[in-house]
This record gives sequence, C-alpha cells and structure tokens, in this order.
Amino acid sequence: MKQFFIFVKKEWLHIWRDRRTLVILIGMPIVQIVLYGFALTNEVKNSRVAVFDQSNDDATRAIIQEINASRYFSVTDYVHSYQAIGATFRKGKIRLAVVFPQDFQNDLLQRNTAEVQLIADASDPNTANTLTNYAAAIINDYQQRVDENRDLPYTIKTQLRMLYNPELKSAYNFVPGVMALVLMLVCAMMTSIAIVREKELGTMEVILVSPLRPFRVIIAKTIPYLAVSILNIACILVLSVYVLNVPINGSLLLLIAESVLFIVTALSIGILISNGARTQQSAMFASMLSLFLPTLLFSGFLFPIENMPWPLQLISNLVPAKWYYNIVEAVMIKGLGFSAIWKETLILVAMTVFLLGLSIRNFKIRLA
Amino acid sequence: MSITTEKVITARELTKKFGDFTAVDRISFEVNRGEIFGFLGANGAGKTTAMRMLCGLSLPTSGTASVAGYDVYRQNELIKKNIGYMSQRFSLYEDLTIRENIRLYAGIYGLTDRQIREKTALLVRQLHLEGNEKTLVRALPLGWKQKLAFSIAIVHDPAIVFLDEPTGGVDPVTRREFWGLIYEASSRGITVFVTTHYMDEAEYCNRVSIMVDGRIDALDSPARLMQEFAATSMDGVFLQLARKAQRSAD
Repeated sequence: MKQFFIFVKKEWLHIWRDRRTLVILIGMPIVQIVLYGFALTNEVKNSRVAVFDQSNDDATRAIIQEINASRYFSVTDYVHSYQAIGATFRKGKIRLAVVFPQDFQNDLLQRNTAEVQLIADASDPNTANTLTNYAAAIINDYQQRVDENRDLPYTIKTQLRMLYNPELKSAYNFVPGVMALVLMLVCAMMTSIAIVREKELGTMEVILVSPLRPFRVIIAKTIPYLAVSILNIACILVLSVYVLNVPINGSLLLLIAESVLFIVTALSIGILISNGARTQQSAMFASMLSLFLPTLLFSGFLFPIENMPWPLQLISNLVPAKWYYNIVEAVMIKGLGFSAIWKETLILVAMTVFLLGLSIRNFKIRLA
Repeated sequence: MSITTEKVITARELTKKFGDFTAVDRISFEVNRGEIFGFLGANGAGKTTAMRMLCGLSLPTSGTASVAGYDVYRQNELIKKNIGYMSQRFSLYEDLTIRENIRLYAGIYGLTDRQIREKTALLVRQLHLEGNEKTLVRALPLGWKQKLAFSIAIVHDPAIVFLDEPTGGVDPVTRREFWGLIYEASSRGITVFVTTHYMDEAEYCNRVSIMVDGRIDALDSPARLMQEFAATSMDGVFLQLARKAQRSAD
C-alpha cells in the first residue's frame, strides 16, 4: 500500500509542477460558468420593441404608450404583418414584438376579455423571459387601472411566443452540460495524456519492470485526476448556486454520487484511449474526437436530441455524457429522486463496467 | 567481491516469435554472479527482446530461463523484485527533483523510510550532487542524468541490473565515469547485464555475447574472442559477425 501512495504522490507532483495545465484544469470550468452567467444576465434597459397593431384603438394606443414610457422598452418599429415582425427580428433590430389582434377594444367592451401576443427572441432565453415578464406586467398594470372604475373586470390575456428556442434552454441547461464536458475533458483526456506521456518518455517501461502491479499503476495515475474532478464539480456547483442562481433542487448527495460514477466512466475511457495511443498528441486528438465533440453535440445541452434525425438519435445513446446530462438535469434542475433516474444510472454503470473491463484487459495484453 | 561460478541467469533455447518472425532464436547462455555481461548485436538482432523476456516484461514463446533463481514463466513477480532496469530511453521523471526520484523508486521497491534516507545521502555523495537534492532532474546535464538513473536502478541492491544501451549519446569522459559506477556495483556483487553499441565498452565487460539475426553467434571474454577472430579490437570481431546478418536493421 505504501508503494501505491508513493506513486499517487508522484502523480500529484506531476500535476502540481505543471502549473499551466493546473490553471487550465481548475480555471476552465470556472471561466465557462462565469462567462455564461454574465452572458445570460443581459441588460434589458431600453430594449427595442416592434408593434403590430391590427386594432389601432384607444386601448391599444394606451398600452403601447405605457410600454414605451417604461424604462425597459422603447417602441421603435410599427409593422403591418407577421412576416415583417420576423424580418425585423432577423435584422436584430428588436428584442420583443407586441401584437394586438383586430377589435381589441371591442372585445374588451363586449366580452370583457381580449388577447395580446408577446413575441420574444429566445435564442437568448434569459433576456426573452425577462422582457416578456416586464411587458406582461405593464399590460397587467393597465388592466388593473382600467378595472378600478368598473364592476365587471376586464381580462387581458397575454400569449407568449418564444422564437428560435421554444424550450427556453438556458443556464439551467448549461450547468449540467458544462459539468459533463469538464469531467470528460479532465478525466478522460488528462488521464490518457498522463499515461501516454509515461510511455512516450520511457518511464512506463521502468515502472512495468518494477514490482508495482500494472493495475495499481493505472489506478494510482487516475486518483489525482479524480481529486481534481471532484474539486471542479464543487466549483461548478458553488458558482451555479451563488452566481447563476441555478438552484440544486434535488439531493446533493445523489448528485455527487452520480458525478463520481460519471468520473469513473470518463477515467476508464481515458485508460482505453491511452492503450491505443502512442504519443501525447494522438491521445489528445483521440480524446477531442471521441469525447469533446460527441459530448458537445450529443449530450443534448446545445442541440435538442429530439429534433435530430433518427440515426443521430441512435448514436447519441452511445455517448455517456448524454445519460449523465439527463441525470444532472433531473436531479439538479427538476429535483427528482433516484427512482426517476435509475435507468440512466444503470446504463452508465453498464458502460463503465464494459469500458473499465476492456481497458484493463487491453492494458494487460500490452505486457504479455 | 569477485565473480563466482554461481549462476544468476540461465537461458536454455530461449525463443520469442512474433507471428512468423522469430525475434530471438533458441539462445542459451549463463551469467555468473558479479559478472559484467555484455550483450552485443546490431540493431534488430533481438537484444532488447531477449532482455525483455529476462526482465519479465515479455513471455517467451519456448525455451526456459531463470533469473536470480526464479522462473521467467511462473515467477516474474519475484524476478521483478530482484532486478534493476535502466532503459535506453531516459527513465527518470524530469519534473521531479533528484531526491523525489530517488524516493519514488526506492519506495516502489519497498525500502523503508530510514533506508531511503540513508540511500539518498549515499547516492548524493557518490554522485557529487550535494546541495542539489532539490534540483529538478530536468536541469541536470545528460551525463549526470544517466549516472543518476543508473544509481537509482540499483538503489534497492538488486541481484542483477539490466542496462539497455545506457550510455547512448553520452560523451566519452562521462561514459568512463559511468563505467566506474558499473565496476563499483559489480564489486558489490551486483551482476550487470548490459547491451551496448560501443565496442570500447564491450572490452570493459568480463564476457560478451554477440547476437546476429536472433541467435548468439559468439560468447566469451573479449580477449579470447579477439584471439579467436584474429582481430585487434572488439570492433573487428563484431564486424566479422555482423556482416553475416541477413536481417536488415530496423
């Protein structure tokens, strides 16, 4: 056991002495989270608004004026068709469009209810949410003020339409994505590089001639990266709670346990890559191609998997990050318990056992 | 301690095949305790493969061999405990200090903390590295690195140390010093099994074997080999044998 710890310590020294890589390892997740945090908390003052007023009566004019008067909005465009709204959005001139149907005031007077539609550019989902909330609040204010003088209250229904990103994917979805990505990179890529480096330098040969068992060498090499990964998770979670205000709705313990499972999955992929790669560069490229891109594309945090063609959907099932992403989303965002994610967990466990078995078997073959 | 007739390495008809290719072809030899045994051959002659089998890194296809009294098929874990190994590529960690490298390898071979401290002090003194214990190995000149690597390869006082072209790229003066260390180890009873390309080094060995195309074509003391091949140096002996090679060097 003492030999083992001496080896772990040596592995830690490698990481510690390589300050540049260490800074990247610890800094990358922080930068990603913070960047997204600030990119998503946009200033909404004086956002440009387009109006499509098909009714053009006292009520709609009053509401438009109220919107224009608020410090959040300034009405800049009056358009006369839905097509024109889309075109104005695409030009990037406006962030919100307000659509009044025909006979808005008539509806209010005769049926006590009318509808107004708010259309927002949801490619920036946080801003879209904020804008529609503010606009709805202004309309609500107007309604209450008018209602004060009436026995039968008016109801103005606001109908929301989110353009470009109907599911409002946002920081809430980004946090699990970053977790999957960072763990994949740190564990799989860094471990594979660390193992291949020893092969490249020739020290692996000397280690294999020593009484240290190969299996223990591999485990010892992965332990410092396991520690760094857990540190990364802690950073990401703290930042998402305190900077991005993304709450941890489910059990923290469950979240951490699932993360450790995913770390082991990633580590075994790293070992597997290191078996095949001869140079650090090839280990890096193999990691990039087999981990980074699939995680980005197929975990579902950038592109909804449901909208992909079925062959790609099938492929996405093979990407461990997809299952981990689903788990984190379920536990952290939706606050679900283990009963909701046992299937995903089982798939991850199966993948891990398979990968670990394969990598250890292959590692032994290299010694024969 | 002088050379005894006690055998620390015995190989009988040792063979290694990779598919159709016979890298090592039924080689037989013995090495005595305390001996400096030169293992010569052109590139691709099969030296490294033979050495890897003896170190327990690679299983023989057929034949038998025992190293330090242990069988290479069944007891390679015991063999590993009783040998030291220095590969042709530099085998220390450049981003660790001299002291950390010593500590790592001594620790891997199960030395106690006290032994490690004593060995570190001894080694640093022997190599005149006093005051540099905390220097990163990266900062050392190549010659010193090689001497340090050798000293670390025998830090656990193994029965045998295997050196795979240990002096590649090192200047003649440092090579001399390096051989000084080898003699010192040998005088302590450590058997030295060394492959080399330098024929002047071959003359430093007690006995040498010369491998051609996977077979051992000559095995004797340098003086007797020179006599037998009517050569004035080991270079002459080697060239006569190596010219017969069918295999091209890799």
